[in-house]
Amino acid sequence: MKRWGPAIVEKTSTPSRARVLLVSIFSLVPPLLIMAFIFWVYGMNPWHTYAVIFRNIVATSWGWTEITRRAIPLLLCGVGLVIAFRAQFWNIGAEGQLLAGAVAAAGVALFSRIPAPWLIPAMFAAGFLAGALVAIGPALLKAILGVNDIISTLMLNYILAYIVDWLIHGPWRGASMRGFGYTDMLPEAAWLPLIPGTRIHWVTLVIGVVGVMAASLILNRTCFGYELQVVGRSREAARYAGINFLKITLGVAVLSGGLAGVAGVGEAAGIHFRLTPPQDISMGYGFTAIIVAWLARGSPVGILLSAFFFGLIYTVGDLLKAAMGMPFEIVDLFRGLVLFFVVGSEIMMYYRIHWGQIAKEEQRG
Amino acid sequence: MTDLLEKVLSRALVYSTPLLWGTLGEIYAERSGVMNLGVEGMMMIGAFAGFAVAHITGDPGLGVLVAAAAGGLTAFIHAFLTITMRANQVVSGLALGMFGLGLANLLGRGWEGYSLRCPLPNIPSIPGLSNIPIIGSIVFQDQSIITYIGILLAVLLWLLLYKTKLGLIIRSVGESPDCADALGINVFLVRYLCVIWGGILAGVAGGFLSVVYRPAWTPGMSAGMGWIALALTIFAAWNPLNAIGGALFFGTLFCLAYALQPRMTPEFLKMIPYASTILVLTIVGFGKLKERLGAPRALGVPYKRE
Repeated sequence: MKRWGPAIVEKTSTPSRARVLLVSIFSLVPPLLIMAFIFWVYGMNPWHTYAVIFRNIVATSWGWTEITRRAIPLLLCGVGLVIAFRAQFWNIGAEGQLLAGAVAAAGVALFSRIPAPWLIPAMFAAGFLAGALVAIGPALLKAILGVNDIISTLMLNYILAYIVDWLIHGPWRGASMRGFGYTDMLPEAAWLPLIPGTRIHWVTLVIGVVGVMAASLILNRTCFGYELQVVGRSREAARYAGINFLKITLGVAVLSGGLAGVAGVGEAAGIHFRLTPPQDISMGYGFTAIIVAWLARGSPVGILLSAFFFGLIYTVGDLLKAAMGMPFEIVDLFRGLVLFFVVGSEIMMYYRIHWGQIAKEEQRG
Repeated sequence: MTDLLEKVLSRALVYSTPLLWGTLGEIYAERSGVMNLGVEGMMMIGAFAGFAVAHITGDPGLGVLVAAAAGGLTAFIHAFLTITMRANQVVSGLALGMFGLGLANLLGRGWEGYSLRCPLPNIPSIPGLSNIPIIGSIVFQDQSIITYIGILLAVLLWLLLYKTKLGLIIRSVGESPDCADALGINVFLVRYLCVIWGGILAGVAGGFLSVVYRPAWTPGMSAGMGWIALALTIFAAWNPLNAIGGALFFGTLFCLAYALQPRMTPEFLKMIPYASTILVLTIVGFGKLKERLGAPRALGVPYKRE
């Protein structure tokens, strides 16, 4: 307990659910205000802009379908990252793992001769495997050689982006695409079914929602989940308890990489229906998912909420670009701002301030 | 043959400059115990600030100075979040990286590919020294003054870190902040200064990119150099002198990609720096199995006075 002028600051070690939610929501306010300021700098009336956003996105069904379809990869990657971060496996490579999944799906769709009803499940399996494989490398390096996982996963993002570049301009270049950097369209049997009238590839969405529930189950009710949380809190304590660090690291890598790979399958086979230049496939989803995971603060409902929140941000970015000529980079900026304030506000979850009356009473008593 | 080698090594020195500046800054930040993952973002902000100021004022030197200041300012945000607010250093650094990249790209819209009318010129040749066979034409001809200052700075920073009291203070704050605190050292101030210093150097690295190396603005022009600087910090075992060799090594790798272009698939060549980073860290990992290549012991842990 410390005195700060008229108030007393008290530390609580486990903040209540309500407190966490409140702080998280409040941490979104400064970024919104800063964005309003940026709108103003660009010569747009902030109120008018927010009104346009509300009218065209939040209040329309089109808006919500767009938000949902943007949220799908964020949900999948976000779930995986929540698990990975709990074990302090800093998987910054979701972007690359997503691309790996897209490549695997496109490869299976274009070149394997798997018959129609089995094609889509095969694509998902391949995507999961591809993403998991990409993540296993850094996991092994971390567990055995102590190689920094942030850098190794991040470098793979660049490497995989170049692999996609190579494929679409080289061996997988679409004969029908007239020299542009795309593969051929995937055969129709490989197209993920969409909810009619929207761009929502619902199979992936279902996987995402199931993933959220499964993650909650894994973290709270399985031995593996418990062990990975111990590893995340204190590697030394885990070692003392006999927890196998390699097994845990590989496990969370497979899960987070695999889920990101599934997200890639969704994008390749549900949105673009072919392999396109890497930045058009991954669209920063892998990085945004980091913020989704952090903002969610480990609660499954939180992942859903923050995935949809960022789906909204992406949709807003689209709208602002189309309607007002604002560059799409504004999404990156907002993303960084949100992460700043989310991270900065964490300290507020753990401290309570007692004002005035109570402080005086404490002083007297 | 030697002509080609000279050309490659000469360009390697150029490429190594931003890597060296970025790494030196990160070494100091991490030596004080704070991980700064936002180097990429600071480089980009520095690159844009340098470009903008050089374009508006016509003075490239001023551009580099402003780039340094911009980097330092951005680092101040990271320092505030991680030291005062005790936020998670990894996530705060990532946020900074994303924010810096986004901000720089946003502000640079419309200036893509625009060439700076008055970049900072290189020093054509140093009289006398450039006559030394082989080395003379690589090191002492057509290099930027920032390259030379960088190498000199590395030596000075090494001396400072290992041979002076200030360096001892910085290292002790990174190894054992509670002992340092008990001895009366202001841990928070030392960390703040080191992080901001890291930002300043990263800003210069970015400014170099946009004002000297490719005097134009390209979105995302740091191309991951910030992240590679992080790897170099580990590779150099947090020692500024080793950073010179490491930066040169990676500079050569970047260069090889261009030199080999007609013979190999371009995409695989572009992968070389990033794949090498992983390779280099793996090799360091093997080395660590034998001896403790210690990171500063308190690295990444926010300091709290209980």
